[in-house]
Amino acid sequence: MKETKKTYWKGLEQLNNDPEFVKHADREFPELPSAVGEDGSASRRDFLKVMGFSLAAASLAACEAPVRKAIPYVNKPVDINPSIPNYYASTFAVGGEYGSIVVKTREGRPIKIDGNTLSPINKGGSSAIMQASVLSLYDKQRLTGPKIAGSDADWKSVDAEVKSKLASAGAIKVVTNSLYSPSTEKAIEELNLAFGNVEVITYDPRSNYGILKAAETSYGQAMIPDYRFDKAKVIVSFGADFLGTWISPTEYSEGYTANRKVTKENPVMSRHYQFESNLSLAGANADYRTPIKASQSGLAVLALYNALAKKAGAATVSAQAVEIAHLDKAANDLWAAKGTGLVVSGSNDPNVQIVINAINDLLGANGSTVDFSNPVNFRKGDDARMSQFVNELKGGQVGAVIFYNCNPVYDHPRGAEIAEGIAKAKVSIATNGTLDETSSLVQVVAPDHHFLESWNDFEPKRGQFSLAQPTISPLFNTRQAQDSFLAWAGSSVNYYDFLRQNWEAGLFTQTETGGEFQEFWDRSLYNGVAGTASEPVALAAIADSSSAAAAVAKSYSADNAGSELVIYSKVGMGDGTFANNPWLQEMSDPITKATWDNYLTVSQKWATENGVTMFEENTQKAQVTVNGKSIIVPIMIQPGQAYGTFGLAIGYGRTKAGRAGNGVGVNAFDLLDVSKGYVQTDITAGVEVAVTGDSYKIARTQTHQTFMGRENVIQETTLAEYKEDPSAGRYKPEIYKDGEFVKPSKISLWSGHKYSQHHWGLAIDMSSCTGCGACTIACQVENNVAVVGKQEVLNRREMAWIRIDRYYSSDAPADDLEGMEKAAENPEVTFQPMMCQHCNNAPCETVCPVAATTHSTEGLNQMTYNRCIGTRYCANNCPYKVRRFNWFKYHDNKDFAVANMAQNDDLGKMVLNPDVTVRARGVMEKCSMCVQRIQAGKLDAKREKRKVQDGDINVACAEACPGGGLVFGDLNDPESRISKLLKIEETDSAMKEVGEERAYHVLEEINVSPNVWYFTKIRNKDKNEA
Amino acid sequence: MLSKRSLVGVRLNFHTLAVLFCLLIGTQAFAADPAIVESDEAIAAGKSIFNANCKTCHKLDQKAIGPALRGVTDRQSAEWAKKFILNSSAVIASGDEYANKLFAEYNSTVMPQHPFLSDDDLTNLLTYIEFGDKVDPAAEAAAAAAGGEGAVAAGGGIPSEYLTIIVVVLVIVLLLILIVLGLIISVLTKYINKQDLDEEEREFVQQKFDLGKVLKSDGFVVIVTALVIALVAKTAIDGLYSVGVQQGYAPTQPIAYSHALHAGTLEIQCQYCHTGVEIGRSANIPSPNICMNCHTHVQNVQGKEGVSPEIQKIYDAVDNNKPIEWVRVHNLPDLAYFNHSQHVKVGGIECQTCHGPIQEMEVVRQHSALTMGWCIDCHRQTEINSQGNEYYDKLVQLHSDSKDALKVKDIGGLECAKCHY
Repeated sequence: MKETKKTYWKGLEQLNNDPEFVKHADREFPELPSAVGEDGSASRRDFLKVMGFSLAAASLAACEAPVRKAIPYVNKPVDINPSIPNYYASTFAVGGEYGSIVVKTREGRPIKIDGNTLSPINKGGSSAIMQASVLSLYDKQRLTGPKIAGSDADWKSVDAEVKSKLASAGAIKVVTNSLYSPSTEKAIEELNLAFGNVEVITYDPRSNYGILKAAETSYGQAMIPDYRFDKAKVIVSFGADFLGTWISPTEYSEGYTANRKVTKENPVMSRHYQFESNLSLAGANADYRTPIKASQSGLAVLALYNALAKKAGAATVSAQAVEIAHLDKAANDLWAAKGTGLVVSGSNDPNVQIVINAINDLLGANGSTVDFSNPVNFRKGDDARMSQFVNELKGGQVGAVIFYNCNPVYDHPRGAEIAEGIAKAKVSIATNGTLDETSSLVQVVAPDHHFLESWNDFEPKRGQFSLAQPTISPLFNTRQAQDSFLAWAGSSVNYYDFLRQNWEAGLFTQTETGGEFQEFWDRSLYNGVAGTASEPVALAAIADSSSAAAAVAKSYSADNAGSELVIYSKVGMGDGTFANNPWLQEMSDPITKATWDNYLTVSQKWATENGVTMFEENTQKAQVTVNGKSIIVPIMIQPGQAYGTFGLAIGYGRTKAGRAGNGVGVNAFDLLDVSKGYVQTDITAGVEVAVTGDSYKIARTQTHQTFMGRENVIQETTLAEYKEDPSAGRYKPEIYKDGEFVKPSKISLWSGHKYSQHHWGLAIDMSSCTGCGACTIACQVENNVAVVGKQEVLNRREMAWIRIDRYYSSDAPADDLEGMEKAAENPEVTFQPMMCQHCNNAPCETVCPVAATTHSTEGLNQMTYNRCIGTRYCANNCPYKVRRFNWFKYHDNKDFAVANMAQNDDLGKMVLNPDVTVRARGVMEKCSMCVQRIQAGKLDAKREKRKVQDGDINVACAEACPGGGLVFGDLNDPESRISKLLKIEETDSAMKEVGEERAYHVLEEINVSPNVWYFTKIRNKDKNEA
Repeated sequence: MLSKRSLVGVRLNFHTLAVLFCLLIGTQAFAADPAIVESDEAIAAGKSIFNANCKTCHKLDQKAIGPALRGVTDRQSAEWAKKFILNSSAVIASGDEYANKLFAEYNSTVMPQHPFLSDDDLTNLLTYIEFGDKVDPAAEAAAAAAGGEGAVAAGGGIPSEYLTIIVVVLVIVLLLILIVLGLIISVLTKYINKQDLDEEEREFVQQKFDLGKVLKSDGFVVIVTALVIALVAKTAIDGLYSVGVQQGYAPTQPIAYSHALHAGTLEIQCQYCHTGVEIGRSANIPSPNICMNCHTHVQNVQGKEGVSPEIQKIYDAVDNNKPIEWVRVHNLPDLAYFNHSQHVKVGGIECQTCHGPIQEMEVVRQHSALTMGWCIDCHRQTEINSQGNEYYDKLVQLHSDSKDALKVKDIGGLECAKCHY
């Protein structure tokens, strides 16, 4: 049955063919943990007896129905109708992330966040963090009112206290993450007018200081350019995870995938090279990826510069030679694609970035794919000024410090020194919404509203604005931070009016020609965005890069023998601002598939040398010592990790994040290097890693369930092969019947279904899926999917309806152990979103003894919770392993109160989608293809007496996807996007004949006839090699 | 004086009427404004405007919150009436004598403005007011009588009190037959005894009926046991099926609100208060601001003085900004999804189909069982309201071969995920 030459594996256990793994692989679930305590206090039988009694008691009690109240508004707002959602455009700008959003509210409660399609930046795309941020509104950890010296206070006394103290404080410093709200800046300026001597100090937990500084040196202006991945035909990235965490990943994902959608008519796609130490999300999507040591990265950039300079006839720089695979090839491709190439680096070393600028200048990328005319305003913190501020604070030179929604005690490398220095300031104030590591140390906490309760404006890129508006009345006695600033400055205007005045005097007069301001304001607020980008203009370099190149040549080395630590951030956790969000904690990391932890990623070779083995969740701990500071972390053996380097994620090890986030993982911010005046994430000297021998369990979803050696789940090809044969890489199974080989769909026990009105289907392009996981959180929010906590993930009982399977592959045959070992050093990666396939010949439906899972007349596989009796036969019979069983009552259960916040406390429950049932214990659940949205869309059409239009209905995963990798629609509608994508020849039959050569069903040979199609993954490689 | 009122109840077609009017107008100084000409379309259009905007406070032939409207164009010109409808306050402020008289008569109740009504709308409305829904006293009486008979017929043909009498008579007749039979037996026995009988025959004739023996016989015991078991089982099953079914549930509400008064007597449209019924999942229990549309002026019932204690509760809610906590009557389990607009707006189903004669209920009670079987039964029988709805076109076309009408069950109306997700 196997046709491809490649070997795919999901985890190292499978690759190594571990006998234990093979034994486990047969099993659907791991052996059951004992039902009640290990001490034998109660047996399973006793438990059943007790259950029997309580069941009888419960049914007697149920005879009397409880009295339920129906409480209408006293004065119903005209635009709120119970059961009908409202949508508001707003802005998400927290934790270094930016996105223009549309907030869905029900009965005045925000319940879902999606990208705003009108935004020129994220263009309707969203990220996992953006999707999950709605839960933070309902976090019990939020402050319910202001505090003075740790005790509750009222706003009047806070204002009096702050005003009197600031007046005599002397130098006032406002510490903040990158500030790009013009009106907030003005509000802080009011403070300056009132008290004088106010300085704003910005820093970012994930710093881009190197880029800023390099732009200043090269072009005279400190700014971050707008990287245009949508225009780039050849992309070379040195350690920049631009699809996962670097600057504006949602926007870049959208642009990047737009260039990689291959069709027969237009068989072109960008080519992407990645040179990096840790396997990042961008690296996992690269066509050519080379693991390099962090200490080599500068030399690699120089080598690329030299190769290009030779072609351009420019002067080369002398540097130590370094052997890096694919680098020459990258140089050739870049040179051939002059003007449409793009070279980026994630390094924070200004000298490296200056050389990158020089490379982009050589390539003519400046003004094309690197756009300095529309610079990016987020994550532009000034590391040097911040470092100086820490010195001042420690030295007692700071009169007053105001922390504006930032947490440097936790997320700045010198956090401990800041903690120490706060006590030395005469006045310390924080506007943070929770009592976190920083705000718990200050004198006055004046908590800001949550961003969903606030007015604000933002200028994410020069000339492009977006507005934030409240979508709910403040839940607590908090106050908008800008209102606090204005009040302290003695201004009587509120921030909303202040904001409007700024817009009237600013953008309105600048961009509008006449008209009413109110109309402009209403329009901007409705759209959520305003302003336009300017035409990119190439910026002339004012300095050559030779001195920077020389510095790079000096400070990097080709043959560093010591250990190197590369600190990165995870897609789901970011800088740790949302550490108390259980959705994000339990989100399966795109690469490692781990939840609820950070860990030290090590290479397979290092692990073998040090006797570290990792079997499924079981691993060991290591002690990492960096220049005297040491921490103990679990080890994760990571294919693709450059030998000699170790990866560690920030965002973990919070101590005052809240119940869900406290004590999860270790804090890596402490280990960042600030000795060179900027925050350095690559630590190439003074790193020691020692295995402690302690064992540990990392909860991973990856090794759960396997596909039993059926290796045509992933079908892929290269661009070159695709051009020759559009069905390249396709596996077309045939089955012998009556003397000939026929397609599996020709043989069926079933008479088939009739879909007279709709036939819903989903098409998934594996070339467009970057694996970012936004869809998984979107699904969790939309469908009230429970969070189960680390222990239950270890028990393989995670509830995700959609998972992204990550497969490693190499071209070494499975029995060539040495070849496989080598393959594990740098495998290819493929992401495959997997959810219920809504089979037309569904194996689950036939085995259910109570008909709780049935087929609809619209092609959906329906799951009826109230009919399910929990035999789990359906899950056993599902070839895709997408059914989830409720082993426990996850809602209203104190055992899950911390992990499953959204279904337990009164506040958390406000985030639940009222149109989707919260499932009870003992029932099966799975992807419903967002049937609630389908029903709502159909009803709208019926009410308006029209047909359902393509695009009226979209499923949550497809809506969230920044890359447009998932397309949902009606296969019966010949005009729908999905019908056209799949080239459906005859739309009326239930078993659709698909004309698109790339489209395939996973496990086609078993002919379950899914309504979900996958498109072959296409890599832009010369030949099919790993 | 021959006014148009004399035409009430006379069936005349449009043309005759128009001709008659031309004649009448010439001679009558105070008749309906000539601008108002009866036409079926205008009446229909006017009726919907009336129902949507006026009905809450006005009736055609009776005083309500506002005056009875019929004849307004006799009393004033159509032009005046239109001005008054558009903006009554302006007419009153202009010092119009008649308007001020009305205003004073109706406790200075301000009539809302209707600036959205076009001149054609107003003409249609006035046409309806003049000519629409006329009530012929004779016809009304006949209808009432017919309705009464209908009700009897609907009850199964025989009223229940007759049924009892018939049963009693039947029992008496049966008893009489039994006595007669006993007498006949004793007469016959006596007669046989007088005959010359052998031993065997004598024994047979003289044998006594032994009740005890019958009671102890196996057959009897088996039959009785089977009956008892069947009875107990049926009671148990019936009992179990009724768990959670609250049919007839009529809790006491915080305000003694009467649907019989509002929906019945005053004929206020359901949608006036239950605003969500055509747009969303919930019909919406009205918020006090909707009550206050009328109760700003209506402070008591049946012309009583002062503020009714029940209406006072609305004022308290508004004054204290404290919502009214109604007791929910219709409780579907959380696992079932029901949407009002699907049934009312799309399906065109009357409220009464599920909620029963709500316009007669002093206290709302749950009329239907609201069980899944009840839902499914209706989905099996109900035809799709596909007329003029493009959404159903393809389904109707595909179904056209069938001789049965297109029902909810034919388009997936019995599928699980229509209500459970």
